[in-house]
Amino acid sequence: MHSSSISIWFFIGVLLVVYGALITGYGIFELATGQLAHVVLANLRAPLWWGCLLEALGLFYTIRFRPGRSK
Amino acid sequence: MFGLLSAATAAGFSGSLPAMLLFSVGPLARLGTLDLLVIALYFAMVLWIGFYLKGRSNTSEEFFMAGREMTAWIAGLSFVSANLGSLELMGWAGSAYQYGILAAHWYWVGAIPAMLFLGMVMMPFYYVCKTHSVPGYLKLRYGEGARIVSAVSFAFMTVLMSGVNMFAMAEVMKVVLGWDLNFSIIVSSLAVAAYVALGGLRSAIFNEVLQFILIWGGALLVPILGLVETHGWTGFKARLAANIASGATPAGDYTHLWRSMGHFADNPMGIHWTGIVFGLGFAISCGYWTTDFLVVQRVLAANSLRSARLAPVIGSFFKMGVPFIVILPGLLGLVVLQNGDGSLMHLVGQNLATPGSGLHSYNEVLPLMMVRYLAPGLLGLGITALIAGFMSGMAGNVSAFSAVWTYDIYQPLINKKAKDEHYVSVGRWATILGVIISIGTAYLVMNAQGIMDYVQALFSFFISPLLGVVLMGMFWKRATKAGGFWGLLIGTLTSIGLWAWVYINPAALRYVALSPDAKAMAENMYRALWSVIVSILVTFIVSLFGKARPLSELNGLVYGATVLPTEEPVPFYKNEWFWTVVAIVIFLALNIYFW
Repeated sequence: MHSSSISIWFFIGVLLVVYGALITGYGIFELATGQLAHVVLANLRAPLWWGCLLEALGLFYTIRFRPGRSK
Repeated sequence: MFGLLSAATAAGFSGSLPAMLLFSVGPLARLGTLDLLVIALYFAMVLWIGFYLKGRSNTSEEFFMAGREMTAWIAGLSFVSANLGSLELMGWAGSAYQYGILAAHWYWVGAIPAMLFLGMVMMPFYYVCKTHSVPGYLKLRYGEGARIVSAVSFAFMTVLMSGVNMFAMAEVMKVVLGWDLNFSIIVSSLAVAAYVALGGLRSAIFNEVLQFILIWGGALLVPILGLVETHGWTGFKARLAANIASGATPAGDYTHLWRSMGHFADNPMGIHWTGIVFGLGFAISCGYWTTDFLVVQRVLAANSLRSARLAPVIGSFFKMGVPFIVILPGLLGLVVLQNGDGSLMHLVGQNLATPGSGLHSYNEVLPLMMVRYLAPGLLGLGITALIAGFMSGMAGNVSAFSAVWTYDIYQPLINKKAKDEHYVSVGRWATILGVIISIGTAYLVMNAQGIMDYVQALFSFFISPLLGVVLMGMFWKRATKAGGFWGLLIGTLTSIGLWAWVYINPAALRYVALSPDAKAMAENMYRALWSVIVSILVTFIVSLFGKARPLSELNGLVYGATVLPTEEPVPFYKNEWFWTVVAIVIFLALNIYFW
């Protein structure tokens, strides 16, 4: 499924990288400004660590399944 | 479809899906710029995938079967994802809030045994005979008549169900987000038409895998934060017990799967364990997971027999995990959801959650939990997961419709000897036609919502009898063409007859479900069970009076007459039997732990 073509995992990786960056960015904004969203357990700073997790997963898939990478 | 129907019924709406979709107040969520950007990026990605895959869908094998080159992982995720629609997520979360962990039966006993049975027992026959569809298998085993009947009913019902799903999505978007119905229908259908018509089954499968990742990425945070708030599962049970003791929550056993299944009257669903095990676990579940082409098509696209067998096994692991993002949030909602004044929120049935009442219905529990915990960006991801669920469900319907229309209706009945490119072109147009019919159905349902219930009931009539006939064809060499035809016909008529009997005279439920205490859910299960039994018996009896086909004609179709290809030996951790045993152990452990 990923010989001469782009793997689905690459597409997923790219999307997760972008989502991770956006959500982590919001988490950093919260951290920097101290303005927490009006949600329960906002003090746990879920956007920061969940965004980082998405970013890490996204980077893994993007690099691991990047087009042209030899198997 | 199976999930949609079951979720609606399980949630106690007397099978009324329109009622399920009537939310009391709204919109529940207000999206910010970041959330909208997350949603827009998803649409951009699916269109990118569609355009990219256009160049890889030039032959009929590529367009309809994704070139039969999917890995076991991709086929497995797509297989389980095709059933993971957003209505199902919200419906079952609502059922968990109302009935407790009983709702998990539909994910465990109602799915896992059937998925493993498909992979280990049935898949070799589907795969070795190189059929393009389940109706195609019927043609090889029972002849053209059975294929045409099955194909026409499947194609017809698939596009109708696609329209029902589309309307349901638009309704949910309207109530949860305040979006216009027409906007939701047009945008989602254009996106689906574009990427399926461009990339065929491969595009649909890619988007199903993408949807699966998004659902976990968008929804898993809700139960995690919920468990943090309740101090874990033990803390949740303690708070629930305290609420029940104080009368704040209706009394009931919300955390055990089997203890209240001894009698119909002992549980709020009005079901007996025999109905769950034989009706749900065998008749309904096997009917859906092993003969519904919508899901089987995903596994047929695997790149080898081993991958095709492994795909449902991989899917079963994820299916077992889905209750943690669906059932658990519903349960947690029982103790964490609060009104503005800090008092415990009580979700209610649809009849009470009327506009202006200020009350929320059971089915709003998942969006309410998302709004409770998810900050900007994360909320957008959660909503994207719901939209992705709707769209990939629709894509699954139209891609299956396109394949069945082209291979099982157009080719045998209209144009037998066209070039391969012609059939690809027919498939692309069938995709667009399927979307157009779906849009028409969506607007039809919008103007006469009662149709929705009948469409879903109609679909359920065909599933279980088909299982009986396919099983007899696969495992009994003596089954004849006439036996298969009459088994399918009389099994279906039995299902319709039992449904009509209870519809006209609700008291008949005591005979269909074997107890005066049975409720609507039990009727679905026992009706399915009776129709399988009848279809098997009729196939058996009629076949005894006919002449069986010679064994040489049954190679690749029937157990005992098929020489399966030998596969390369692999280490144990790549062997499908090893993972099947692991899946069975986990399945049993979950049932014992939550007994």
